[in-house]
Amino acid sequence: MIADSVLRVRDLSVEIALPSGTLHAVSNVDLEAMRGETLAIVGESGCGKTMTALAAMRLLPRRARLAAREISLSGTDLRALSDKAFSAIRGNRMSMIFQDPMTSLNPVYPIGDQLEEIHMRHRRAGRRRARERAEYLLDRVGIVNPRARLGQFPHQLSGGLRQRVMIAMALMCDPALIVADEPTTALDVTVQAQVLRLLKDLQAEFNMALILISHDLGVVARIADRIAVMYAGRVVETGSSGQIFGAPTHPYTRGLIDCIPYPGKTARRTRLGSIPGIVPSMIGDSRGCMFRNRCGWAEDRCRTDGNAERRIEEGHSYRCIHPVGHLQGAAS
Amino acid sequence: MGRFFVQRLGVALLVAITVSIIGFALLRVSGDLAADLAGEDATPREVAEIAALYGLDKPLHEQYLDWAANALGGDLGQSLFTNEPVMDLILERVGVTILLSLYSLVLALAIAIPLGVLAAIRANTAVDRAALGVAVFGQAIPNFWFGLILIYLFGVVLRWLPISGSTSFAHFVLPTVALGTAVMPALMRLTRTGMLEVLEADFVRTARAKGLSPGAVFFKHALRNAILPVVSLAAVSLGFLLGGSVIVETVFALNGIGLLAYESILRSDFPVVQSILVFVSLAYIVLTLASDLINARLDPRIRLG
Repeated sequence: MIADSVLRVRDLSVEIALPSGTLHAVSNVDLEAMRGETLAIVGESGCGKTMTALAAMRLLPRRARLAAREISLSGTDLRALSDKAFSAIRGNRMSMIFQDPMTSLNPVYPIGDQLEEIHMRHRRAGRRRARERAEYLLDRVGIVNPRARLGQFPHQLSGGLRQRVMIAMALMCDPALIVADEPTTALDVTVQAQVLRLLKDLQAEFNMALILISHDLGVVARIADRIAVMYAGRVVETGSSGQIFGAPTHPYTRGLIDCIPYPGKTARRTRLGSIPGIVPSMIGDSRGCMFRNRCGWAEDRCRTDGNAERRIEEGHSYRCIHPVGHLQGAAS
Repeated sequence: MGRFFVQRLGVALLVAITVSIIGFALLRVSGDLAADLAGEDATPREVAEIAALYGLDKPLHEQYLDWAANALGGDLGQSLFTNEPVMDLILERVGVTILLSLYSLVLALAIAIPLGVLAAIRANTAVDRAALGVAVFGQAIPNFWFGLILIYLFGVVLRWLPISGSTSFAHFVLPTVALGTAVMPALMRLTRTGMLEVLEADFVRTARAKGLSPGAVFFKHALRNAILPVVSLAAVSLGFLLGGSVIVETVFALNGIGLLAYESILRSDFPVVQSILVFVSLAYIVLTLASDLINARLDPRIRLG
């Protein structure tokens, strides 16, 4: 089967002008999301994951400036669209699920109304059809008694239910792509797994591309087909799930993997790994490898030319002059 | 919703009673009414007679209870100046004041809300600054002076509109513009502030992510959340208009409650002043209650708790 590219982003950069200088939120990011595949974008808070997603959805804050050689959805060049034409695609062919379900629903409208309006906007098939679709999807995302729920307000629903509503909302027009930005971070641990499972199932059932943004490589491991690891605005390593976990190459990826406890595998009383230091300021000069200050292998060259992309095998590449792991046998 | 309403109603009643007591007491201690009525040359005996005639020699709480009992029965007493029943005096004029106040509020809201939304959407641009300019103009200009300018321009020079009286809708246009201009700026600024805050909210981003039109994002999703404080201020503004349009009523010779209050205070016409005070405070109370109910209608979190 030839993979069917849904979202393709090439050389995307997002800059935000601040009084203290230019913030390089996203630098030269390439991404591709395939139909039927889950692409995970992983990295610490503030590394540009959300900005990348918002840039693709054209939802960036007004101050942000975007540059890209390509942003396309199933072959349509999104950069060329007017705002009006873009809004006909948003919520229709591509939709987004946000991190905090407690604040992402409008408190003053019943959830039925908030679901139906998407269908009515993009499908123009009337309220009754929209209502049927909303009821079907609420049922599909595992909400019991969906008809009664349609008339309820967000504050009458638990966090887990609200996130299910957000997922149903994203599915209203049967999109080719769903971007889920930390969809489980704000939820109780017990609910997280259910919601992830649900997303994965729906993705397979509706044959969509799913972009899952997460700071938690452990969460991602369970459902991602491919992974892009971001650090300080750059994709530092990208590969299939197997490649990333089997042969982590960038020191940062390595560090992230060491942070994950494996129930039953991680020996008792061992210290979990941690990465010393914090994400550097992304204001001002963004040349060189941004991870060098926290990296055990850093040397002078990292200051200038740590960003060139190197390829290990088909689909697996990284940006580092000191790859770790299998290439050097320097694991641990 | 029922319980919410009963609670608010109970509070409103308590406020009404309290206001009438305080108003009554303040008016009574503001001067010796019997001495005023008797005139400057009256002897102490004549003053005492007048006090006895109007019941002013009784203890204050008895006077209040007498007044309250009559008022509940619909008898607000008689004007000390014209001897007409106070109820008739008020009913004669209240229509003009209510009409003028409602027109002014509608005009103010019709300008304030779209302008406030626009200023928030285009924050820190020329549009925003122009809206701010309009607000500053409305707030800074004394409304009696603005009224006079309107009379000169549209009444005297252009002769488009009548300048005094209250017999037709046309008579209300100029005073409505004068008063509406005075209450519009605060409403507009509150709309702008509320919108600025709500536009940052996650659910507005959700609305955009759904691909909704800008109109639906701004007016359906954002405005309904930003409008609650504006509703409350609009209610207070209407109360202010009902009780406080003395100057504009004078300028345009509109025979309303404001003018009656002003004249009655000058003449120490105690029963009239007391009744207007209660009327205006009742108006405030009813309006506050109405704004609570409207807000409960707009925001399910208020009515469903």
